[in-house]
Amino acid sequence: MIKIDILDNKDTRSGFGAGLLELGRTNNDVVALCADLTGSLKMDAFKKEFPERFYQAGIAEANMIGMAAGLATGGKIPFTGTFANFSTGRVYDQIRQAVAYSDKNVKICASHAGLTLGEDGATHQILEDIGLMKMLPGMTVINTCDYNQTKAATIAIANYNGPVYLRFGRPKWPVFTKPEQKFEIGKAWHINEGNDVSIFCTGHLVWKAIKAGEILAEMGINADIINIHTIKPLDFEAVLKSVSKTGCAVTAEEHQMNGGLGDSICQLLSLNNPKPIEMVAVNDKFGESGTPDELLIKYGLDTPDIVKAVKKVISRK
Amino acid sequence: MRKKYTANQLSEIATQVRRDILRMVHAVQSGHPGGSLGCTDLLVALYFEIMDFNSKPFNTEGKNEDIFILSNGHISPLFYSVLARSGHFPISELSTFRKLNSRLQGHPATHDKLEGVRIASGSLGQGLSVATGIALSKKLNNDKNIVYCLTGDGELQEGQNWEAIMFAAHNKVDNLIAIVDFNKQQIDGSINEVMGITDYKNKFETFGWQTIDMFGNNMQDIIDKIEIAKSYTDKGKPIMINMKTEMGAGVDFMTGTHEWHGIAPSDEQLQKALAQLPETIGDY
Repeated sequence: MIKIDILDNKDTRSGFGAGLLELGRTNNDVVALCADLTGSLKMDAFKKEFPERFYQAGIAEANMIGMAAGLATGGKIPFTGTFANFSTGRVYDQIRQAVAYSDKNVKICASHAGLTLGEDGATHQILEDIGLMKMLPGMTVINTCDYNQTKAATIAIANYNGPVYLRFGRPKWPVFTKPEQKFEIGKAWHINEGNDVSIFCTGHLVWKAIKAGEILAEMGINADIINIHTIKPLDFEAVLKSVSKTGCAVTAEEHQMNGGLGDSICQLLSLNNPKPIEMVAVNDKFGESGTPDELLIKYGLDTPDIVKAVKKVISRK
Repeated sequence: MRKKYTANQLSEIATQVRRDILRMVHAVQSGHPGGSLGCTDLLVALYFEIMDFNSKPFNTEGKNEDIFILSNGHISPLFYSVLARSGHFPISELSTFRKLNSRLQGHPATHDKLEGVRIASGSLGQGLSVATGIALSKKLNNDKNIVYCLTGDGELQEGQNWEAIMFAAHNKVDNLIAIVDFNKQQIDGSINEVMGITDYKNKFETFGWQTIDMFGNNMQDIIDKIEIAKSYTDKGKPIMINMKTEMGAGVDFMTGTHEWHGIAPSDEQLQKALAQLPETIGDY
């Protein structure tokens, strides 16, 4: 197992804020909209430096998405920022009609996704957003794993013309990807080479998968660990190549089983190369209040859960 | 593109557009003639007299052009007829309305790059937000042109409108003219029966908008009042035109009722209606 060092401990949303600020300085067409969560989304620096390109939408997300579609129509590159729940479920019809169906170059940037939002509880802990977004034709769906990847992804999506859903989170989390990386939409990151099992992971659970890989290595199990940051379009080639080598797969994500990364991988493998698969994800439940660590343990999204899923899937080969 | 027409000439174009609407809806036995007929005079005035724009080549961004956003997308037959007749696409394409493989979808869409359409609409209540966003982009571009947005009166029951109304006033989006089609009808009956919001003009004013009344089935009044509305732009307030219209205007048996909101005329009804609307600039 390759050694992955922790470089820092920072929240992914701050990576978004840093990326957005850099975009403000390098691309005059980039504008930002926020629905009364400027501090939480780390958009303050952009707001301070580019007040004329920042729009405070107030607690009115539907209008924010509609205005973003309008700004995109006028040639701007709008980045909307609010919590993942209010970025997707609350405004699904607006995104569907005015953004996705209308082919608008809007970047829907969503923080506080998943259980690791913590104490605010299930009203805010959306676990369905990847599914909602990936079902929309033409929508690109990205879930980043650390500060550096989030910053790089934020910058990369500005250079791509089309609607994007960028999902990140609230808690401080290990930073382990390179500071100056090139983020390629739709191109999986091969973290570790192994022949016994493929682990496809996204978001905060990438770090958990790396830790699981270390434990598995001590047991003599070599995991092929692949970070699928872009859930749609899925890197078919990377997934199929890995599974043709390992013969089984585990997926890991902070999302419902229904509609998430695991669901996409299952679909791809079923259609092309059916092999045993286990999913580490939330199984048809709402979350609850608690610390991020407590919640990941209770809902089965921790390192030991990935290890357990690997052992099970290997036994099914 | 802009030409100078008299009110009578514009009314002749409007008569032809009304024929188009009825023939399009009749041909596929589906669509929404009532609101389309009611708003015909407005759209003819906007596209043939009031707005500055280029129909060819059509550019979605519309920089240094006036832009029209249709929020109540179900009056698509009107929108399509006016877009075609103002040079955006061939009028022969009107015969494809609501048919398989057509760019003229039941509700307007950008997906097949139909010239003149900048946003999909149909799910109600979204157009004013989009128009506000376009108006913001014009301000960033130092573009002095105006964004017009048409919504239905019943459509104001959608809460998103009030989010946009609040935003536009608070942010002094004064290059935006919203036009509300005050025909007092919606699918399930009169607005007063379904959800009484007929005093919405006061609500706009309370939110900080400049408002003005207009008779939407009187060509001269449309030209005069929009001229006044334009004089209110760039003065710190968004503008709302309360446009009184009659659903089904131009066809006697289609007016005074909500029943022609979303049904097509029979062969006999079509002939009866067309007899009231003599061909002027030529059928498609």
